[in-house]
Amino acid sequence: MAIKQLTVFVENRRGRLAEITGMLAEHGINMNALSIADTQEFGILRLIVDDPEKAFDVLKGNGTIVQITDVVGLKLADRPGELSKALRALDGGGINLEYLYAFLSRADENAYIALRVEDNAAAERVLNAAGFETIGG
Amino acid sequence: MPHDAIRALQTEKLVKQVRHVYDHVPYYRDLMDKKGVSPDDIKSIDDLCKLPFLSKADLRETYPYGMLAVPLSDCVRIQSTSGTTGKRVIAYYTQHDIDLWEECCARAIVAAGGSRDDVVQVCYGYGLFTGGSGLHGGSHKVGSLTLPMSSGNTDRQIQFMMDLKATMLCCTPSYAAYIGESLRDRGYKPEDNYLKAGIFGAEPWTEEMRRDIEKSLGIKAYDIYGLTETSGPGVAFECSEQHGMHINEDHFAVEVIDPDTGEVLPEGEKGELVFTSLDKEAFPLLRYRTRDICVLTREKCPCGRTHVRMSKPLGRSDDMLIIRGVNVFPSQIETVLINEGYAPVYRIEVDRVNNSDTLDVFVELPPDRFTDTVSGIISKEKKLGGAIRTMLGISPIVHLVPPKTIERSEGKAVRVIDKRKLHD
Repeated sequence: MAIKQLTVFVENRRGRLAEITGMLAEHGINMNALSIADTQEFGILRLIVDDPEKAFDVLKGNGTIVQITDVVGLKLADRPGELSKALRALDGGGINLEYLYAFLSRADENAYIALRVEDNAAAERVLNAAGFETIGG
Repeated sequence: MPHDAIRALQTEKLVKQVRHVYDHVPYYRDLMDKKGVSPDDIKSIDDLCKLPFLSKADLRETYPYGMLAVPLSDCVRIQSTSGTTGKRVIAYYTQHDIDLWEECCARAIVAAGGSRDDVVQVCYGYGLFTGGSGLHGGSHKVGSLTLPMSSGNTDRQIQFMMDLKATMLCCTPSYAAYIGESLRDRGYKPEDNYLKAGIFGAEPWTEEMRRDIEKSLGIKAYDIYGLTETSGPGVAFECSEQHGMHINEDHFAVEVIDPDTGEVLPEGEKGELVFTSLDKEAFPLLRYRTRDICVLTREKCPCGRTHVRMSKPLGRSDDMLIIRGVNVFPSQIETVLINEGYAPVYRIEVDRVNNSDTLDVFVELPPDRFTDTVSGIISKEKKLGGAIRTMLGISPIVHLVPPKTIERSEGKAVRVIDKRKLHD
């Protein structure tokens, strides 16, 4: 039960992000979520797409450093305080967060969060026990 | 001493030195035998060119004792080269050799205007590095008051410099520039210190840097040349003219050769500097190739010294870089990369920022080493940087970059970009 995230190493160069998203577009891959962590030197692009395996092959075939990382998908009611409650639950369960980012789905009115933790199963157990729904990719 | 008299002295000493090496260093004896040269063939300094060359590779080959020409019990000291691969070069000294070396350094101090009335602050590193002990000993020989500061701890350097009214400063040019800036930051003007001259070496520096240092410290800045293999600093030094370094020809015979053919070049031509020790006991080296590219001149020097002058090194005939006074070969970085599981595809950028050398190493990140967190990448850069520091003795900044982003020319990576513009 996890979402497959594409993680891409991106050098800080003009036009590089356009190249990467262009490759995905050419192959008809749709993006649902995107987050980028950047330093002065490089960026780490994190993507949730509709066909992660295909996207992986496309990017890898073009010489890009890419990895599939399993992240926890958390479904939240779209109202104030929900994320905070979920994070408190994780904290209470001793789960450390590496990073997270949010995305919306057109399928329903809920908000979705991608969570990167050390132990996905443990995080899901904690969240489920606190009454939250986690989703698979 | 007139040139002819110097050559007569060199002849006398060379004949003995060659005999000494042949009798006591089997490694060099084999080289001579292979070349068909016997000590009897060396009758004058003109016969120097008949002898085989020695290179750093020979010294590594014979590590640690293979070049020793006296019993170990006759030696009183070793010194060693800075940060080279696994096998460093170790030089041995008898008391005679130490005296000879210190004499050479003393000449450098006197040429820079030093006397027994001076206070000489030595902030070259002490220890295995030859800079500290060489100038320290030279200062003793001159009879100056010697401040054995070693390098670093700039606050203390400045306190002693001001309180004890140091008149001469001996260190690397980049440290001299740093001290100059530090004095200014503390509100001192160039005329506030008591310094009159500095002797700066162990790394390449430019005329522009000389002017900066002279201005910031209010002194005359003199260059000094040497290498551990020949004993240390003091093989050559600048006089008041600051126009080329006089080589101590009574202790070292010098030649300039074509680095490709080994042919001796006439005076005034640019080539690789080769030194032959003339009266060393423990670690005599005959025709040692320095890899430094220089020009020699015997033009009359207004200072009156008749010893030949060498230009500042104009480059290297190998790929060695001198960064913060440390000798660095790109192959050392390559070794670390392979040991750490990286492909040996890299780019080195050396620059000088605020008169201090910087070393940036760009390495391609192998796809299987990629992690999805920034801290994961940065910790890999730090780990690799630490391994390079252990090998070289200086800290680099490591940049992991995506594959195929390091330029290759004719299939080979362009490895070194030196932006310091030291030799233009």
